[in-house]
Amino acid sequence: MRFTIVSSIAAGLAMSGFTFGMPAFAQQEGNQQGIQTSEEPLWSQADAYYGTAEMAKAREEVLHEGGAQPTYYVLFNQLETQSADGRDDLYWNGQAWYGGDINKIWFKTEGKSSLNNGDVEDAELQALYSRAIAPYWNLQAGVRHDFKPDSLDYAVIGVQGLAPYFFEIDVSAFLSSEGNVSARAEIEYDLLLTQRLILQPRIEANLSLQDVPERMLGAGLNNIDAGLRLRYEIKREFAPYIGVEWQGNFGDTKNFIQATGGETDKTVFVAGVRTWF
Amino acid sequence: MINRRNLLQSGVGAGLALGVSGILPAWARSASEGNLGIPALSGKDFDLSISSFPVRINGKTGMATGINGSVPGPLVRFREGDDISVNVTNMLTEDTSIHWHGLLVPFHMDGVPGIAFPGIKPGETFNYKWNLAQNGTYWYHSHSGLQEQLGHYGPLIIDPKDADPVAYDREYVLVLSDWSFESPHRIFSKLKKAGPTYNFQQRTVGDFFEDVSKKGFGQTLQDRAMWNQMRMSQTDWADVTAATYTYLINGRSTQDNWDALFVPGERVRLRIINGSAMSIFNFRIPGLAMTVVASDGLNVKPVETDEFQIGVAETYDVIVEPTEARAFAMVAESIDRSGQVVATLAPQQGMRAAPPEMREPVLLTMKDMGMGGMDHGAMPDMQKADAAPMPGMDHSAMPGMEGMDHGAMPGMEHGGMSGMESMDNLASGVERGPGVVGIAMNPVNRLDEPGQGLGNVDHRVLRYSQLRSLDRNPDLRAPEREIELHLTSNMERYMWSFDGVRFAHIKEPIKFYKGERLRLTMINDTMMPHPIHLHGMFFDVVNGGNDHKPRKHTIVVKPGEKLSVDISAEHVGDWAFHCHLLYHMHAGMMQVVSVLDEPNPYASSMPDMMNMEGMEMEGMDHSKMDHSGMSGMDMPDMHTGEKN
Repeated sequence: MRFTIVSSIAAGLAMSGFTFGMPAFAQQEGNQQGIQTSEEPLWSQADAYYGTAEMAKAREEVLHEGGAQPTYYVLFNQLETQSADGRDDLYWNGQAWYGGDINKIWFKTEGKSSLNNGDVEDAELQALYSRAIAPYWNLQAGVRHDFKPDSLDYAVIGVQGLAPYFFEIDVSAFLSSEGNVSARAEIEYDLLLTQRLILQPRIEANLSLQDVPERMLGAGLNNIDAGLRLRYEIKREFAPYIGVEWQGNFGDTKNFIQATGGETDKTVFVAGVRTWF
Repeated sequence: MINRRNLLQSGVGAGLALGVSGILPAWARSASEGNLGIPALSGKDFDLSISSFPVRINGKTGMATGINGSVPGPLVRFREGDDISVNVTNMLTEDTSIHWHGLLVPFHMDGVPGIAFPGIKPGETFNYKWNLAQNGTYWYHSHSGLQEQLGHYGPLIIDPKDADPVAYDREYVLVLSDWSFESPHRIFSKLKKAGPTYNFQQRTVGDFFEDVSKKGFGQTLQDRAMWNQMRMSQTDWADVTAATYTYLINGRSTQDNWDALFVPGERVRLRIINGSAMSIFNFRIPGLAMTVVASDGLNVKPVETDEFQIGVAETYDVIVEPTEARAFAMVAESIDRSGQVVATLAPQQGMRAAPPEMREPVLLTMKDMGMGGMDHGAMPDMQKADAAPMPGMDHSAMPGMEGMDHGAMPGMEHGGMSGMESMDNLASGVERGPGVVGIAMNPVNRLDEPGQGLGNVDHRVLRYSQLRSLDRNPDLRAPEREIELHLTSNMERYMWSFDGVRFAHIKEPIKFYKGERLRLTMINDTMMPHPIHLHGMFFDVVNGGNDHKPRKHTIVVKPGEKLSVDISAEHVGDWAFHCHLLYHMHAGMMQVVSVLDEPNPYASSMPDMMNMEGMEMEGMDHSKMDHSGMSGMDMPDMHTGEKN
């Protein structure tokens, strides 16, 4: 894991120039890989009966309908309340994509808001260009903006996909506009207790390459969230769940938090809904 | 709007037919509504109109897109050799089309938008005209967008010009189909987003512990290891299941009970057409043997069986001779066994046959993963397996050993097998990339197996290898060249393609040359069966039938299978070629076959030896036919058994 992340960071740095210049929205597959319109048609024998102009249009359509249609996806993997010691937070973790089989625009968002006082504590949004590089893996690059706790921009590079044994993996490296490098890894698994009752173990870890005291991050492993969520898929697209998650900090990050008198680790009970459309 | 015969009949039966899908055409009415078998009338001029209209299925109303206001559409029935004219009027707000499935029409009358014609615009009427020298049971359907899923299909019969070699007292058409109240675009998009979304037969923790108690912990882990390593599901039989589908016979669910009458002792001809969008069915009539007399419209030597699997777009004509005066259940069960539809064949109107219990789903096997005929010698990656006994594996292609299909493979060493990529060199024509999960390591010929998943039933099941054309094949030339085509996919991304290239991204069509005889060898690298359909030509299925090979317009290529068909490229034109599972086609599993009226560049390069080998092959074991060094593209020794 460590090795993977370190190499991701290296790749991220190497590609960061490329990342910023990425014309992600211009990568539609159809244009890129040659649905032919003006060039020599791939076949044309019906043109003699119905005319080239009409057939050319229909040809383009039939090709487009054979694997070039864009799709969209919106997933709230977690949309939940997290409760511990009289404190309630609303936490969300979602993603959305739009595009073809190979090239997609991919958004990810994660954040937390206090339900006690309504303050948004963390909120980030990533906008990425995603390219399928292997049957089960996407390479993703783009930008991240943190709205909270402070406004901050990052370049992002990551790999997302499905590992053997059906582990969903998402690993990203971030280079902040202040020059700091960090990384995040998410792993989750769906364990089918029945066809609709599904237990989802999930781990998220954040790492930092250097101390960033003003954000209370220490070099090395910052924190781990390890959760277990039990959902019931009333429909595949709509599944309420309950669960428990351990949220712990490590190393200097832990020390920074301790120094300010904050909680260094806690266990929260979660209740929410997983939904997609 | 409808042809004269149907007009007359709907006048008679209209009142009775209300309530299911508006006014049903005569052929699709049940016995209770006055259908005593299809009348053998012929028409020459037909008017069909495509529109949207409400249908009632299982007591619920949905919107259909269909022909002449019914699902299925009217029976188009005419006589071989007649000059036929069909006017199709588009009353929709989008383009439509009708493709005449299995009819050898001139290619510009084939009805595929963008390939054969521009499509029919809203408000337009298109006139199809042809005169055909063929007869039998066929069907027709939209080739535009996803309209087939919405009800845009109907049966078609061409009566023979001369005497019908099949004798019968009464006949019925059974159109099998799948209906969903979800929009087809929604279904497709869900498959793209979350592939197994309709699969409610996945393996659970409970199944795991059940296996552990039966087989022990180690064995259970081992059995699942490969599937899990490869991110494949052993329950992936159908992309779209009864979770959203209501299966229909002639537009009726089991609840809506379509019934047909017989008089005990009669020979009843059932013309069974699978007009589904996505559902391969197992068809049987418990307690009644069926004699298959035709497949895909063409007569075959009669074969008696108890059950057959019918791929999407295939047709089978069977004769049944019920002697008992009781109600028989005509059962179409979806291949994944998530659902079934039952119609009634009864001596009196209004009877309802008791539906049989749903059968337990079965699991996919190693063979379905393309590792069927594995023997260690041929598999460089499998050396490790040498030490372990692999019962069943060496013989898995042998006739009569279907039972092996579902057995576990104890002692199998999985360690060296996850690297499908190492087999790249075996499929040089395949464009590898995110759209191709793997190439079948060792595909085998499965024509001598019953329909997939039917290896363990306790009665006879039709095998493709049993089919023999009633007539001698019209073209007895040996193929001059072989085209190898891989059926490829990445189910996780719901990408489907031929040779790894989705239709939207092809560089050129598949080219045939007028007059040539060629062999098409298909290798199914995916985990699903694909009913492959070529427009405008028949496949002479290389199944050991010599000069009586069955000729089909659609053939189901099983997972992990390598099979061959011979084709005579007679009809110049551009022809669609695709998987007939609608959403596979929509995802890119489609191509164009251009039959060109140009000099055949392959003609001169044919060594005489090829012809000799071709001739020799005619009499040989079908499963070895593609190993005679025709093209140098063959797999290593497939180690198939000799045919009896």
